[in-house]
Amino acid sequence: MDTPGNLKTSSSEFDLDRPNIEDYLPSGSSIQEPHGKLRLRDLLDISPTLTEAAGAIVDDSFTRCFKSNPPEPWNWNVYLFPLWCCGVVIRYGILFPVRVLVLAIGWIIFLASYIPVHILLKGQDKLRKKIERCLVELICMFFVASWTGVVKYHGPRPSMRPKQVFVANHTSMIDFIILEQMTPFAVIMQKHPGWVGLLQSTILESVGCIWFNRSEAKDREIVAKKLRDHVRGADNNPVLIFPEGTCVNNHYTVMFKKGAFELDSTVCPIAIKYNKIFVDAFWNSRKQSFTMHLLQLMTSWAVVCDVWYLEPQNLRPGETPIEFAERVRDIISVRAGLKKVPWDGYLKYSRPSPKHRERKQQSFAESVLRSLEEK
Amino acid sequence: MGNASSMLTQYDIEEVKQHCDNLFSQQEIVSLYQRFCQLDRNAKGFISADEFLSVPEFAMNPLSQRLLKMVDGLNFKDFVAFLSAFSAKASVEHKIGLIFRVYDSDGNGKISFNDILEVLRDLSGAFMSDEEREKVLSKVLKEAGYTRESYLTLDDFIKVFGNSGLKMEVEIPID
Repeated sequence: MDTPGNLKTSSSEFDLDRPNIEDYLPSGSSIQEPHGKLRLRDLLDISPTLTEAAGAIVDDSFTRCFKSNPPEPWNWNVYLFPLWCCGVVIRYGILFPVRVLVLAIGWIIFLASYIPVHILLKGQDKLRKKIERCLVELICMFFVASWTGVVKYHGPRPSMRPKQVFVANHTSMIDFIILEQMTPFAVIMQKHPGWVGLLQSTILESVGCIWFNRSEAKDREIVAKKLRDHVRGADNNPVLIFPEGTCVNNHYTVMFKKGAFELDSTVCPIAIKYNKIFVDAFWNSRKQSFTMHLLQLMTSWAVVCDVWYLEPQNLRPGETPIEFAERVRDIISVRAGLKKVPWDGYLKYSRPSPKHRERKQQSFAESVLRSLEEK
Repeated sequence: MGNASSMLTQYDIEEVKQHCDNLFSQQEIVSLYQRFCQLDRNAKGFISADEFLSVPEFAMNPLSQRLLKMVDGLNFKDFVAFLSAFSAKASVEHKIGLIFRVYDSDGNGKISFNDILEVLRDLSGAFMSDEEREKVLSKVLKEAGYTRESYLTLDDFIKVFGNSGLKMEVEIPID
């Protein structure tokens, strides 16, 4: 039995950071051979494996996590239709231009103060940082206003102190804006192209945000190091991490990356739940650009959401980072009413590692060999 | 934001229903159509191998590569016809027929020793050696009254599976 052992180590080496799906999936494969004597029929019977495959083709929990669920149309009704039409006229004809104006004013105020502060206060880092923080909060407020964000914050506001990390579930980039308008978080985020990327590398850099590229393995190490340094610094903004690593549709939570839970710091969970009464806040980055997503939000009546700042958690003695991450995911899922699924969100961008298939093959091979020995 | 089900007319549904021998109800077909459109991300009218593999639960299946050869590039009608073997209403012969087609990769209507060996290889991977697989297979074939050289036909398959309950059902989620 040399080969299986070798295979296992080689496959686990190249994805050290990956959460291990097996740790989450219920143990025991569905490919089960009946005990006792092995007959031709048993060997030929591949129906359990086929059933699993067909089941996955018909429906699977992974794709469900990233499916936009538009609210049921309620307006197709003779009585409500004229009203709905009025709504469309108001939303697109009045609300939208007003919101664009609000956002434009916001940007003018922001840039008019940010640029001078950034250039003139080069010497006084502390003061400059403080003003820049306030300005970033301000522009976020303008953003929230531009979709008439009705946000209810529950629980105590986050404090600024070293050795704490905030983690939240992720639905859209607007999560960040909503949280940022209350507290200047430093966020860890995927590097985006276009105007969002420009904002990231210029303005948000000043609040200490860290950018990375999901597909670059090297970036991961650099981020981990930057993150550790940032968390230790006393005067730095608190770090905010979306450990799912990708946007999920606010009905499910995918597995948390363990990076945020290995920093030897207190983890403060934040749960965000959007009310889909007016608009679905899930940003399906495959289907629409962030600009289109913002336009969609700006032409809706309002974005309604609840934010809960939950009780800080610490690593318990004897607990592994993965177990810790799962515990925090539990807390967030319960509060926001989300279902947990045992998937790694990065599977959106890559294929599952061969490890998972090998596990099934192993259990099949073992059961065949066992029944062969029994005779 | 278009509603996928609105694109299927009653004629379409009837056509698909006939194509799969009425094994799925209208609601199930509408559901399957929504799923089909969801998987067919680029709206080409068929689901490519890459799109099938984007479902991790499918990509992890030991037989996924073999099944891909059967389902790659199917249009909606054939997609439903493929899945109809998993309907609770499908006959045992129909289900065995699908299993037979999985084994019969060259489609010549008979299955050789090597055909079975290849499926076993997919199922057990590196956890069984070629000798072990051959040994197991020769042994059970002999016990069932066949030899290494014999070819199995669909009728042989139906005989081997007999009436022992073959559980191969997938429920179509209807929301």
